Amino acid sequence: MELNTQRMEDFKGIYKYLVIFIGLGFFMIFIRLWSLQVIKGTDLRRLSENNCIRLRENPADRGIIFDQKGRILAHNRPSYEVYLIPEDLKMNPGVVHEVAKLLNIPPEEIEEKLRAQKRRAPFKPVKIKSDINWNELVRLESNRIHHPGLFVDVRPRRAYDHGELASHLIGYLGEIDENELKQAKEATYRMGTLIGKYGVEYRWEDVLRGVDGGRQIEVDALGREIRPLGTVEPSPGNNLYLTIDLDLQKIAEEAYQDKSGALIAMDPKTGRILAMVSKPSFPPDIFARNILPEEWKSLVENPHHPLQNKGIQGQYPAGSVFKIITAIAGLESGMITPDTQFFCTGAFHYGNRDFRCWKEGGHGAISLHRAIVESCDIYFYQVGLKVGVDLIAHYANEFGLGQVTGISLPHEKSGTVPSSSWKKKRFGAPWYSGETLSFSVGQGYLNTTPLQLLMLISGVANGGKLFLPQVVDKVEDIYGNKLKEYPPVELRRVNVSEKTLRIVQEALRGAVNDPHGTGWNCQLKDVKVAGKTGTAQVVRLPENFKKGDMNRMPLKFRDHAWFVAYAPFEDPKISVAVLVEHGGFGASAAAPIAKKVIAKYLNAEPSPPIKMLEKQSEFDYAD
Amino acid sequence: MQIDRRLLIHFDWTLLGMVLAIAAIGILNLYSATAKMEVSGTPLYLKQIFWLLIGLMVMVTIAFIEYRSFSDMAYVIYSIALFLLIVVLVYGIITSGAQRWVKIGPLSFQPSEFVKLSLILALAKFFHRPPERKGYSLKHLPFPFLLLFVPMILILKQPDLGTAIILLLVFFSILIFVKIRWTSLLTIGLAGASAVPLLWGFLKEYQKKRILTFFNPDLDPLGSGYHLIQSKIAVGSGGIIGKGFMKGTQCKLGFLPEQQTDFIFSALGEEWGLVGSLFVLGLYFLFILWGLRIAVQAKDRFGAILAFGVVAMLFWHIFINIGMVLGMMPVVGIPLPLLSYGGSFMISTLIGVGVLLSVSMRRYLF
Repeated sequence: MELNTQRMEDFKGIYKYLVIFIGLGFFMIFIRLWSLQVIKGTDLRRLSENNCIRLRENPADRGIIFDQKGRILAHNRPSYEVYLIPEDLKMNPGVVHEVAKLLNIPPEEIEEKLRAQKRRAPFKPVKIKSDINWNELVRLESNRIHHPGLFVDVRPRRAYDHGELASHLIGYLGEIDENELKQAKEATYRMGTLIGKYGVEYRWEDVLRGVDGGRQIEVDALGREIRPLGTVEPSPGNNLYLTIDLDLQKIAEEAYQDKSGALIAMDPKTGRILAMVSKPSFPPDIFARNILPEEWKSLVENPHHPLQNKGIQGQYPAGSVFKIITAIAGLESGMITPDTQFFCTGAFHYGNRDFRCWKEGGHGAISLHRAIVESCDIYFYQVGLKVGVDLIAHYANEFGLGQVTGISLPHEKSGTVPSSSWKKKRFGAPWYSGETLSFSVGQGYLNTTPLQLLMLISGVANGGKLFLPQVVDKVEDIYGNKLKEYPPVELRRVNVSEKTLRIVQEALRGAVNDPHGTGWNCQLKDVKVAGKTGTAQVVRLPENFKKGDMNRMPLKFRDHAWFVAYAPFEDPKISVAVLVEHGGFGASAAAPIAKKVIAKYLNAEPSPPIKMLEKQSEFDYAD
Repeated sequence: MQIDRRLLIHFDWTLLGMVLAIAAIGILNLYSATAKMEVSGTPLYLKQIFWLLIGLMVMVTIAFIEYRSFSDMAYVIYSIALFLLIVVLVYGIITSGAQRWVKIGPLSFQPSEFVKLSLILALAKFFHRPPERKGYSLKHLPFPFLLLFVPMILILKQPDLGTAIILLLVFFSILIFVKIRWTSLLTIGLAGASAVPLLWGFLKEYQKKRILTFFNPDLDPLGSGYHLIQSKIAVGSGGIIGKGFMKGTQCKLGFLPEQQTDFIFSALGEEWGLVGSLFVLGLYFLFILWGLRIAVQAKDRFGAILAFGVVAMLFWHIFINIGMVLGMMPVVGIPLPLLSYGGSFMISTLIGVGVLLSVSMRRYLF
């Protein structure tokens, strides 16, 4: 190996400069240490003894949520909160008792709260009571000087003025959990931060959330503020305008009374959601404070799933609403024409089983229009057999069934559209043509969300155009400057001829307005409504089951009632999907709710009931 | 591997002694600083002892390897380090967060720590042929700059500003050590300075704010400004003789986010005062000077540059970390060798010491 002893001399040349440089570096550190520990040492020791430099949080206001007309749905109200700083209490242990007396709570409760906060940063205040009333505030503030370690701070608190109204859409806040804390990119989230957990509050968290501020302060030995050292003003979040209409939402919520289910109304030409109801609902403000165990239990154990937004998370067979798809598949495939007739005797024998029509005694000879109007099951069994499962599935997919719609809300479900390949994959078994019968009238494996059926009816209303359902209209900053707008987004046009769609539209109009139409419960005086009833089976019914027996069944086995509709027929402005869980029949349970919503939105008068009473009772069981 | 008996005679016990002394102080200090911390599982000081023992074994192994054999593998080692860095970055993108760790079974380590050493190795390899009489000029430097920029950009993406700064400083230290022409250095300096406003324009508003805060913590009184003032109070409150072992309050209370890593020196200053701080500072000073001597007395250029690179890395770590704790420098995440808690850094530091030992004990061998 070649040795460069000669060259090494070069490094020796630079050696002394490097020593000087390093020496200077260490000398600088020495000077600094001297200055901190000797010159300023006494001062800094005094500061350290009382830990006099502290941080006080100043959380930002969350953005306000409005309806489309600027009426407040969620906002912030000031809340006075009582804090104690445990470190400051050590010298004055009596404070706990005095504060307990002033607030009228047992001192043990306060002690418990102070103990519970084990992993708290030092000198971080512990919240003792939130939302104290005016009298308590006055009592505390006038005595504050005697109570070191106590202070009252005003914090914004989320308020939902309309209570449970649209609670699934608006959502709720809750304390950030460890997972969310890890995921958060910005350092604005800390333990204890309230974060959107559900609904719009969750999905639009980034828009609604502001940037928290705070103050660095110097305090005296009793923990009282002497002077601020640095302040960061909080910057509030942006405001959100939803597409829903508060009045319409109210009417829809009231129409449900104590029933459970879901309703969504939409402008079919833009995809803007006008109302979104899911029942039962929940009080949205209970998650932001400490929810009581009983409250939590009652929500989670409620058999009607109040925490679920049934409009997008609930999956149900579509029932007779699905006949729209079967009809379209039949017409588009050329297997039937509007004039194709089948004969309904009330039952259809296939394989070794009787498939029944809802109407005992049958409809007789019947063609497509009347089959939709009167919702004849036998007719669609036969259409289904001619078309086959896969072609029906194709048109179901075409209208968006079996897929999420892409609405900006969490936990949307996709539902299920069965097909022969689906069944092979899922069960490893071939498709039986008997199953096609159930499928063609919307029962069996088929599962849909109310939003998907709303998309279907809107697509029909709109000549085949599907729009992305949207819940947010625009984002504004606190000064009212528009930051973002959400124009309608056309997803696609379904591949169905206009002629077919017109035939279906006419039939849907007939279902509400023709004599014997199953949806007569939704008739309006001046406005033509088009719609379709449906009944989703919860359990398979025995063959000898009489329609009237439904009311005697236990509630949880009763069928779900569907009604989908749009109006006005000539120029659709609103489309609605209504589901009433265990409501029985679409005609009697769901259609009246849709009627109230459509009438309200179009300012139309409901038409007086003209049907004869005995007829009415027959139609109450119409499917 | 056969160990030459002459190697043992020349083993650098002084260097080892200094390292062990600092490491022992480090364990004691860590024990005190984290005594009140609630950590689930093994206490941090025990973990640190574990890492120290592993590191010492690696160090001794490295010391007895003929360092010239690293020369052949320099670019391979460099590529492996780079690959690990990319793995970390891709994995980080997938998990959507700053990602600096690679997990192998129960162990996780930070590839960026080893990138520092691999860059030093690659540069030593490149510069081991002597320059022309006047020194290196710009035309020699595109490749070394490439060696610097690739890992630096990857590390900045993590984002880990501290390590990127160390890479940059070590790089220029080595350039000066191997003799770069002054005109070239001036050109690079000017080019770098003129690129700053250009780059500034490309930054987004929030990034600018972050950088401004970085140089002036008063702009962020709730974040680094607050940490800095607490750190200064901690060190200053130690006074001349300190509050005594286990008697510190400031650091134990968790005012500082990285009390056991980046801000560990403030615990030392609080409990041992000026006397203790100067003692440790003095040990560091001797350690660095000793390393520098090893570098200039090395028997060949490769060894000299390798040793110098390690010394430069350790020096910048010590200088920037203590400067930051004392509020002389912006808060960047750079740990203090042998004192800060952290396995990867402990091991990479001791690998560096192993290299110094290796170069040191072979300086008389032919």
